[in-house]
Amino acid sequence: MALLRVDNMTHYFGGLRAVHNYNLILEPGHIVGLIGPNGAGKTTIFNLISGIHSPTEGNIELDGHNLIGHRPHEIAALGLGRTFQNLLLWRHMTVLEHVKMACYSQLEYGIWGAFFGSRFCRQEEKRLTAKAMHLLETFDVARFSSQLAVSLPYGAQRRVEMARAMATNPKVLFLDEPTAGMTPDELNRMISIIRKIHEEFNVAIFLIEHRLKFVMELCERIQTLVFGEIISEGTPEETKNNPQVIEAYLGREDIH
Amino acid sequence: MDIPDHTLQPDKKGFKARLKSFVASVPLIGWFLGFLGAVLVEYYLGDLISYYLGLPKIPVLFGLLTVIKKPLLIPGTIGYLILVYGLPILIIVKCLLKPANRLAGFLDKRPVTIAALVHLGIFYGALHIWADISDYRLLVLKLTMIGIMLTLSINVINGYMGEFSCSHPGFMALGAYTASTITLLFFTNDKQFGDALLPEVLGAYFFPLALIAGGIAAALGALVIAIPSFRTRGDYLAIISLAFLFIVKSLIENLEIIGGPRGMSSQPHYSTLPTVFIVMVLCIWIINNFVRSTMGKALNAVRDNELAAEVMTVNTRKTKIITFMFGAFWAGVAGGLFAHVLRYVNPGSFGIQRLAEILAMVYFGGLNSVTGSIVGAVSINILSEALRPLEIYKWIIIPLLLILVMLFRPTGLIAFTEFKPKELMKPRQELIKE
Repeated sequence: MALLRVDNMTHYFGGLRAVHNYNLILEPGHIVGLIGPNGAGKTTIFNLISGIHSPTEGNIELDGHNLIGHRPHEIAALGLGRTFQNLLLWRHMTVLEHVKMACYSQLEYGIWGAFFGSRFCRQEEKRLTAKAMHLLETFDVARFSSQLAVSLPYGAQRRVEMARAMATNPKVLFLDEPTAGMTPDELNRMISIIRKIHEEFNVAIFLIEHRLKFVMELCERIQTLVFGEIISEGTPEETKNNPQVIEAYLGREDIH
Repeated sequence: MDIPDHTLQPDKKGFKARLKSFVASVPLIGWFLGFLGAVLVEYYLGDLISYYLGLPKIPVLFGLLTVIKKPLLIPGTIGYLILVYGLPILIIVKCLLKPANRLAGFLDKRPVTIAALVHLGIFYGALHIWADISDYRLLVLKLTMIGIMLTLSINVINGYMGEFSCSHPGFMALGAYTASTITLLFFTNDKQFGDALLPEVLGAYFFPLALIAGGIAAALGALVIAIPSFRTRGDYLAIISLAFLFIVKSLIENLEIIGGPRGMSSQPHYSTLPTVFIVMVLCIWIINNFVRSTMGKALNAVRDNELAAEVMTVNTRKTKIITFMFGAFWAGVAGGLFAHVLRYVNPGSFGIQRLAEILAMVYFGGLNSVTGSIVGAVSINILSEALRPLEIYKWIIIPLLLILVMLFRPTGLIAFTEFKPKELMKPRQELIKE
């Protein structure tokens, strides 16, 4: 059974059709990529699935739960973690606090425990700190744990954001351009990190990316989106050689 | 590279550095004991010392009032401050340096609650004796403590969650009127509600319940603000909350049963110094626990980026409702205490001027900080009392000061810090170990 399943999703922004008849089946443990020119609606698809917008038509199911009409925090708690294209970090919070914050839905103590600083509340905080530190070590940012996240170098900020997304205990991880603005070195590092979390946490990954090298290397299946519609779906090889994809990216070649 | 020997000589250090290391080596309990000693000196010798220094009476507010009213008494006042506060504190702190550190070390190994109770006990004792000198001091002290509660509770909304709410005096009014109605209706023979319904002796025991009821009334009022806060932020929410303040004020003005514009008077004398102190400590303790927990950190996440908070499983709506109700609850409790300190409330005291005062305290002290709230509330309260002889010019000096703070420290004096009681109460001796 598919872990994440999107059926015939369509979305209009006013009169603009941003996404049309979008379908996705994500099996457990798979890595799927979504590519397409700027403005094709890739991030909109992410926002629709993670509940930030609700689709005009269509159905979304995650692990047997229908996601339509749920608020983003509920969807996230059901097991959908994501990162953002433009790094939405919290300005006044440390790296450790970022990761602990993402465990919000796993907090066992109630509001009264927080008010009175109960013993149980302190134990829970300790447990979360341990979990967060483990995640930070996985992403190689543990040494920054008490610094403000926004003061870190760019690559480290990306990794903090991924650690934060992993702290929500996701079954599916959405990565919105994880290598945007990275040097080739950092890019290779990011590939190995994504491989590592894929193996270690056994999550299915759905990612948006512009760098074809990255997508070709990681993904088992690639969808190509143009003007809100999927024009091709297949293995990296198939996608690379698909004339429609080439046309969308490079323009039509005149045939003499 | 070798460091030249003479730079390591301790006696080569300047006076300033030595003073600094001395101050750093005194634990909090040492300062509290010093303050207690100074207050005892004032209690027993204050009249004598002020007589010999040519002062008409003991300077009530550290001489700030005297200095402004009668500049000729400045030397005497300074002499008094040195003799009564400066010297005793220094001597006691110096003599008790080792025992105080040992005591702090001993308390450090006990649970935080016990250590905190010992510290607070000593501090309260000193405050009690200090306030015993004159009724004016007592009043200023109580109002300052209420100011701390108000500042802290608005800091939860405006600082920690970053919403600009202007309805705090409204919450305070709801609390003040609810608590007053309960105590007047049940425990007092007064002209508003007639004879007491329950024996008057019970009143003091039921006072905490009346305060809680006031807090709950304010929290219910906060629901009205919390719901529009889902969709509006910044300026819009400020306007809505300001509207709420005016609604509450005119509602009270037009309700004849609670006195209308004349207000209510002759509340029983329940807000004694220990009551106010205990409620304030509870308020600081609970708010500090909350904002340091991950659940409370969600407020910061909502402030810094609401979308990211929502996607990271934070229930932002629930967080906003809870924060507004929580902040309003403490404002309501503070309002209840306020009504029983002045033993008179009228709608006029919960207007724009009160709002300006509360906002001045929180922005002066520092956003997102418990310490900042305490510093802000204490300094603005004392300043506004000290500048009272200047009458209307007071309201030129305080805003000017606020503008200066905003220019040089836009988020307030002590902003974005965590208040850690355990760290504060730690022994400091190891700092000067050789």
